[in-house]
Amino acid sequence: MKTLNLGESDPRFISEVEQRSGQKISRCYQCGACTGRCPNTFAYDLPVNRVMRLIQLGRREEVLSCSAIWLCAACQACAVQCPNEIDVTRVMETCRQMSAEAGLVSERAIQVFVKSFLGSVKRNGRAFEPGLMAGYMFRTGRFFTDVDLAPVMLAKRKLAFKPHKAGNGEVADIFRRYEEEGPVSCNLESDHA
Amino acid sequence: MPKTYAYYPGCSSMGTSAEYDRSTRAVCRACGIDLEDVHDWTCCGSTPAHVTDFGLSGALAARNLVQAKSAGRSEVLTPCPSCLKNMKAAQHHAHDPVWGPRIERLLGRKVPEDMRCASVLEILFRETGAEGVRALVKKPLTGLKVACYYGCLLTRPTALMEFDEPENPQSMETLLAATGATVLDFPLKVECCGASLAVVRRDMVQQLSGRLLDTACELGADVLSVACPLCQMNLDLRQKQAACRRQTKAAVPIMYVTQLLGLAFGLDEADLGLGGLIVDPRPVLAGIGARSEEAADAPAGGQDDAKAVNSGRAE
Amino acid sequence: MRIGVFVCHCGSNIAATVDPAAVAMAADSMPEVAYATDLMYACAEPGQKAIVEAIGEYRLTGVVVASCSPRMHEPTFRKTVERAGLNPYLFEMANIREHVSWIGKDKEANTRKATDLVRMAVEKLRRDAPLHSRRFPVTKRVLVIGGGIAGIQAALDCAEGGLDVVLVEKEATIGGKMAKLDKTFPTVDCSSCILGPKMVDVAQHPRITLHALSEVEELSGFVGNFKAKIRKKAPYVDWNLCTGCGACLAKCPSKKATDRFNEETGLTTAITIPFPQAIPKKAHINPEFCRHFMTGKCGVCAKICPAKAIRFEQEDEIVVEEVGAVIAATGYDLADWSGYDYLGGGRFPDVITGLQYERLLSASGPTGGHVVRPSDGREPKTVVFIQCVASRDPSKGRPSCSGFCCMYTAKQAVLTRDHCPDSKVHVFYMDVRAPGKMYDEFIRRAVDEYGVDYIRGRVSQIFRKGERYVVRGADTLAGAQVEVEADLVVLAVGAQAAHGAEKLAERLHISYDDQGFFMEGHPKLRPMETNTAGVFLAGACQGPKDIPSSVAQGSGAAAKALCLFAKGVLENDPQIANVRPGRCVACGKCVKTCPFGALNIVEARGRRTAEVVETVCKGCGICTATCPQGAIQLQHSTDNQILAEVNALCRF
Repeated sequence: MKTLNLGESDPRFISEVEQRSGQKISRCYQCGACTGRCPNTFAYDLPVNRVMRLIQLGRREEVLSCSAIWLCAACQACAVQCPNEIDVTRVMETCRQMSAEAGLVSERAIQVFVKSFLGSVKRNGRAFEPGLMAGYMFRTGRFFTDVDLAPVMLAKRKLAFKPHKAGNGEVADIFRRYEEEGPVSCNLESDHA
Repeated sequence: MPKTYAYYPGCSSMGTSAEYDRSTRAVCRACGIDLEDVHDWTCCGSTPAHVTDFGLSGALAARNLVQAKSAGRSEVLTPCPSCLKNMKAAQHHAHDPVWGPRIERLLGRKVPEDMRCASVLEILFRETGAEGVRALVKKPLTGLKVACYYGCLLTRPTALMEFDEPENPQSMETLLAATGATVLDFPLKVECCGASLAVVRRDMVQQLSGRLLDTACELGADVLSVACPLCQMNLDLRQKQAACRRQTKAAVPIMYVTQLLGLAFGLDEADLGLGGLIVDPRPVLAGIGARSEEAADAPAGGQDDAKAVNSGRAE
Repeated sequence: MRIGVFVCHCGSNIAATVDPAAVAMAADSMPEVAYATDLMYACAEPGQKAIVEAIGEYRLTGVVVASCSPRMHEPTFRKTVERAGLNPYLFEMANIREHVSWIGKDKEANTRKATDLVRMAVEKLRRDAPLHSRRFPVTKRVLVIGGGIAGIQAALDCAEGGLDVVLVEKEATIGGKMAKLDKTFPTVDCSSCILGPKMVDVAQHPRITLHALSEVEELSGFVGNFKAKIRKKAPYVDWNLCTGCGACLAKCPSKKATDRFNEETGLTTAITIPFPQAIPKKAHINPEFCRHFMTGKCGVCAKICPAKAIRFEQEDEIVVEEVGAVIAATGYDLADWSGYDYLGGGRFPDVITGLQYERLLSASGPTGGHVVRPSDGREPKTVVFIQCVASRDPSKGRPSCSGFCCMYTAKQAVLTRDHCPDSKVHVFYMDVRAPGKMYDEFIRRAVDEYGVDYIRGRVSQIFRKGERYVVRGADTLAGAQVEVEADLVVLAVGAQAAHGAEKLAERLHISYDDQGFFMEGHPKLRPMETNTAGVFLAGACQGPKDIPSSVAQGSGAAAKALCLFAKGVLENDPQIANVRPGRCVACGKCVKTCPFGALNIVEARGRRTAEVVETVCKGCGICTATCPQGAIQLQHSTDNQILAEVNALCRF
């Protein structure tokens, strides 16, 4: 295992996570309640409490490139469990947003799914399930994702054939403004003055 | 005059969870809960938006609150807990120093703060309650063993959802017990099913939903009652996929709580979308039917209630 | 008046951000100031000597010391000026440390503010008058509230020191929590074997009067002369006749009464004696379960009792005891953990508290000391202990550490391995806190010699799986989620103040913190005193404590009471309210507002007027603010004195 040089701690990273998530990271005393309760720990490279610890240590790279922040299903169990009232789910989600913005995504397929979904919403105003699945399969090369489900879904009329358009362009406007603004900015200087 | 709720069906109602939408409308009609669709509603952004940017997520969800408010409504009802959470989070984030201004900029207007949002389960629990359900029951579900499964978001995060107990909620049990069904103490009632990871990480969902199905089988559940389209899909549509991770192979019907209530109210099966379920519930329900007919001589409701339901429909 | 002003440096505490010499120089030109200087440490021996000498040399008649908070050293300097022959109330203190040097960094501004505070003190001193204390006799008896180990120790030490003691116990027996314990850490000796003899000593001591099944309802009076109203709840048995033979217990047909002594791990009879070594060993009836009280029929106990002691018609009795001091020793109770849904919150019969587990381990408990599951009576194969339940949990409003749970959990883990050698024992902990003598060594023994498995992490969930319980949590050292199937789960539930502690604190006129624990006079230097003179604290009522600390505090509180009475007479504080009869119209508003009942309307020289009971008045000043006539003045804080301070501050 790599030696962590404590002198390399990045206080701006801690501050950014705290401001974007609205949570005070230093309150975590490493009890592990989040890890104990997380239903997805079995699939993570880092348990949740270690993600929290690495944020406390200001390890931007290690946190933003881990798979745990992408495999978190945002089920809120950790947030309810935390004895220090940290909304851990929001911290995980914040790290995931920052990971995408920093280009450090470890679970590319998930990011592609997210983009396919949002693309569908942007185009139609509503999510169009078959369309976004097609986009996902095309972009990941996973052409056989859930094809086993297609016949039964067709039989049960669970697949719509064409998207319902809604929103009269207002949703596309939201996306346009979002893209123009770029990532959210925080005031990182004042906090660590 | 009863209150009219703005109804937000959510995108999955157009496809994978059409039967949840149908049964919600049917049961609300039976209970005298007036629904009016949010005009020209759009996607709340779902999980992909809030893992991308709280501002984007907030703006997408809040657009629907704006639509509901401009129609003069004060409370939005939605069957989907994920949509519900996004709408509530949009209101919550509107006060955040980092995200509040951004949501407003992306949305191009203020987030309506006075709009209340609730799940169909919450409204049924609050407005109809066990007493109301008991009065409407025509075909008691006597003997049907039901495990109630809430999933992650109906009660969590606590401060946002403000509904029931986060770890051991009882509202679904209360309503279903009033139909005469036997509700089981399902220990994993708020455990995650894997949610939207199903597409990308099928293995994880198999593990999580497999455990839920196994536990329900061990308890001897005839049916698992759910209140979330994503939970329903992961447990029902993907039940075959999860088989490889399960200890038992028994099929478990996964029914929406609204479908179970509708059955007990004697509503038309077509109105409840029972045909849309992958694991066919009719074999387990058939047994109940026979039993409930015997019990029908002394129904919980009575003639007056039947009239009330009919007149409710006529309106 | 010839005033001396002494400005203290307090080392660098004051001098770092205030210029004491400049303050002294400014004071030199204030009215009636005859001498002003600065001192390195005014409170130290050389500092006090300098003050005494200056009083003599400059013929000073009043002194101002500008230093720290009066709460810290006002008594010190009053004694200093008294030694030099001045009245101790011709002394004023300006707080230029807590109110100036510690809160601001601007030396110039601080020096100005310090000068202003000194000017205020000088102006007040110019209007001060000599005051004299009254002396009054004391009642050399002590009331000890609570008969746990701390109260027992306090009562025995007071009695041995020659004081008469009234010991009031809420339950039917003394012994408290310690009597419920099987063994004690870290020596693993039998709790009732070491406690029993002390309980017997209480019963047999000629100076101790024990009121069991009793509660203090009211405390009036003041230090040296309190009156305590005590409610003796009806036991429905004449305790003068009852011999504690137990014949009634054997025949009582109502066998499903709540067994509070056994922490509800078992059931008991409606007429009962809590445990074999109970003191007093007398039977009492629980009317909630007694068939005579419920149906009017039965009365088996009355028929069987050889002493004819049963009294169904008995009523509560109120007794009034006159005492000079009070020692509160009301202990603790386990926190309410019903809100811990993820641990079952009490829904699972085999998830129990540490105190319940003590009763299962104890030979006098409901299982005769066999460790079995409450649900099915089977011996557990896997026992999981969970620490920090309702402790160190800000989300549940319980942020503090209860201190003793780490140790009792280790003890219970060791005893489990003793009782059930085939069992597996896991302990979930966040940190092991074992700072006592031989404590950490004991933890090591649990691990090394008894094979107890310590897992560093918190438990997140318990759920049923068949007849067992799945305990899921984290091992943060391994960085993993962990899961174990347990037969029995024991929760180390944190301590909170005893039920009803807040109410008692209000009756005793003492303060309590947000967890209900009684507030000590000073967290370091007055741990057994309260801010109410004559009321002392012992044991866990002040904060969670283990047995040795509780015993030490019991003895300490007894020493405080003995010191108090050693003088024979006490002096009151003359800073009390004073009525000017000429102005008083006897409207009675002051009588209504006084929280201490220190004011009465009396007839004096043919007219009605308010009168202050000097020994009861605490000098709070509420009456002076209430009096519409301005007829009441608080001595040493009169309107004129306060206005002079205000004028000194607002000169422009």
